[in-house]
Amino acid sequence: MTNTLKTLLALFAVLGFLAGCASTTEEIPTDPEPEVEEVVEEVEEVVDTGPDLTGVDTVFYFDYDKSLLKSEARAALMIHAEALKASPRSIRLEGHADERGTREYNMALGERRANAVRDFLVLQGVDSYLIETISYGEERPVAVGSDESSWSQNRRVELK
Amino acid sequence: MIKRLLLVLITACVCQLTHAELVIEITKGLDRPTPIAVVPFGGLNATVQENISDIVSADLLRSGLFRPIEKRDMLGTPTKEADIYFRDWRILGAEFILIGDLQEGTSSYVLEYQLFDVLQQRKIFGKTITGSSRHLRDMAHKVSDDVYLAITGIRGAFSTKILYVEDVLRPGPNRYRLVKADADGAREQILFASSEPIMSPAWANDLKRVAYVSFETSRPAIFIHNLETGERTQLTNFKGLNGAPAWSPDDKRMAMVLSKDGNPEIYVMDIATRKLTRVTHTYSSVIDTEPNWTADGKSLIFASDRGGNPQIYQVALASGRVERLTFEGGYNARPRLSPDGKSLVMVHRENGVFHIAWQDIASGDMRILTETWLDESPSIAPNGAMLLYATQHNKKGVLAAVSMDAGVKFRLPSKQGNVREPAWSPFAD
Repeated sequence: MTNTLKTLLALFAVLGFLAGCASTTEEIPTDPEPEVEEVVEEVEEVVDTGPDLTGVDTVFYFDYDKSLLKSEARAALMIHAEALKASPRSIRLEGHADERGTREYNMALGERRANAVRDFLVLQGVDSYLIETISYGEERPVAVGSDESSWSQNRRVELK
Repeated sequence: MIKRLLLVLITACVCQLTHAELVIEITKGLDRPTPIAVVPFGGLNATVQENISDIVSADLLRSGLFRPIEKRDMLGTPTKEADIYFRDWRILGAEFILIGDLQEGTSSYVLEYQLFDVLQQRKIFGKTITGSSRHLRDMAHKVSDDVYLAITGIRGAFSTKILYVEDVLRPGPNRYRLVKADADGAREQILFASSEPIMSPAWANDLKRVAYVSFETSRPAIFIHNLETGERTQLTNFKGLNGAPAWSPDDKRMAMVLSKDGNPEIYVMDIATRKLTRVTHTYSSVIDTEPNWTADGKSLIFASDRGGNPQIYQVALASGRVERLTFEGGYNARPRLSPDGKSLVMVHRENGVFHIAWQDIASGDMRILTETWLDESPSIAPNGAMLLYATQHNKKGVLAAVSMDAGVKFRLPSKQGNVREPAWSPFAD
C-alpha cells in the first residue's frame, strides 16, 4: 500500500510538472497579468483537458485463474479514475484469459476480470454507466505460445 | 434408407474448400482389431470421382475396431459371391470379406454390396443402394455403417457430420470460420466466416440448424444458423455473457449462459417466444456455465465453481434441485453426457495439465482418456463409441478422437490454421 501511494504521488508530481511546463510556454509570450491570477488559469486549464494519461497503463494483468487487481493496476486505475471524473467519456473494458481451461469457463473468467476493473473504477467515483465490460475469454490472445510468458500476457483487461 | 441418402442437406452460400481437408492419422488402435477384407469394388468404382471401397476401408480403419487387409496382399478381387474362394481369405487372416459392384442406373448410380463371414463361409447381408454422383461419399459411409452394425452390433456413425471452428490466424474478414464436414473430415464447407471470434457451435437435433456464439456485433451473441436457407438469426443480445448454447432434445428450447443479472447463470429460452427462464440461482461472482441437456429434457448438467473450483453439477428444471456429480480433482468443466445418459465426459485438470476424462455417473468412477496437452471441448459421437476433442499438436490446434475406453485414438490434423471446438452431429433420424 505504501508503495502504491508513493507511485501515485510520484506520478501526480510528474503530471503536475508536465502541466506546468505546458502552460508556462503558452503564457510567456502573451500574458502580462500578475503571477497570482496566472496560477488560477493554469488550474482551470488542467481541469478542462483532464490529467495527461501519456504513459499510464491501459492493460492490466492477472494471476492464473484469478481476478484480483495487482498494485500496479490499482495505481494506474486511480489515475484513469481521476481522468474519467474530470472529463467523463464512455470506456470499454475487455477481459481476457489464457488458453488453459475450457473456452466458456474462460469467457466467465475474462468477464470476472473486467468486472474487477469496473468495480474498482466505480469505487473511485467513476459513473458506472460510462463503463461497458466485454469478455473475449481465450479467443483473442496477444501472445500465441503455450508457455507461462505468453499466458501471463494474455491474462489481462484492456481499457479502451 | 435410399431416400435418406438423397436427402443430403442443401446449404446456401457455402464455399467448398480444396486445400484444408482434415487428414486422419491413427495414433493408437486396439491390440487385436478384427481383420476384414474390403475388396476393391467392381464396375465403375475405380473410375468415378470417389473410390467407394477405399472410403469404406478408411472408415473401418479409423474406428479402431477393424484392420482392413492390404489390397496388395489380396489374391483376387471378387465382385460376385460365386467368385469368392473363402480358403484364400482365410489364409490372409480375414474374418470378414466385403465385396461390391457399382453400376450406372437410369438416373443415378446403383451400388450392390455384400458382407460374408469367412470362417463360416456365410453371407451376412447383401444390399443395393442408389445415389447420384454427389452422393458417392454418402453411399460409402452407408456401407461402412452397415458393416459396422452387422459385425459389432453398434450403429455406425460414419454418415454423421461434424462442426468445428477454425482460426487462420491472419486478421481479415475470413479469419474465424465455422466449418461443417463429414465425420471423416472430408467435404469441408465454411458455413460462416468473420473477422471476430466464433465459439461454441451446437447442432440442433433436426440437423437443419446450428447455434453458435459470434462476436460480430463487437459483443458475444448467440446466433441460430439455418443450414438449408443460410439464414442467420440473432437469438440473444443481453448485456454481458451470451454463451454456451445447447438445444433441448426437442429443439424447442435453448439452454445458455447469460450474465445479465451480474454473474454467469444458466437460463433456458423458449426459441419461438424468446421467453427466458432462469435455471440457476447463485450468489454474486459464482460462475455457472456450459449446460448440456439430459436425454429426457428434464435436467441440465453444467459446470460451476460454486464449491470453490469448477465441478460438474446437475439441475432438475422442474424443482431447481442441484446435485454435484464430480468430486475427483480441482477442475472439471465442459461436461457432455453419453447418449445412454449413464456416463459423462469432461475437461479434467491433473497436475496442471488438461485432459479429457470419462466418468460413470452411478459409481463416480473416473478414467482419463487422453494424454495430450491442453485438451478441451469433448463431443461424443451419437453412437457413444468415440469422442472428438480439441488439442494441440506441433503448436497448432488440432482435432483428435478417442474411443470411450481409450483403446483407439486418432488425430485429424489441419493443414492451415488452428481448429477447435468440434461438435459431432446427432444421427439423421
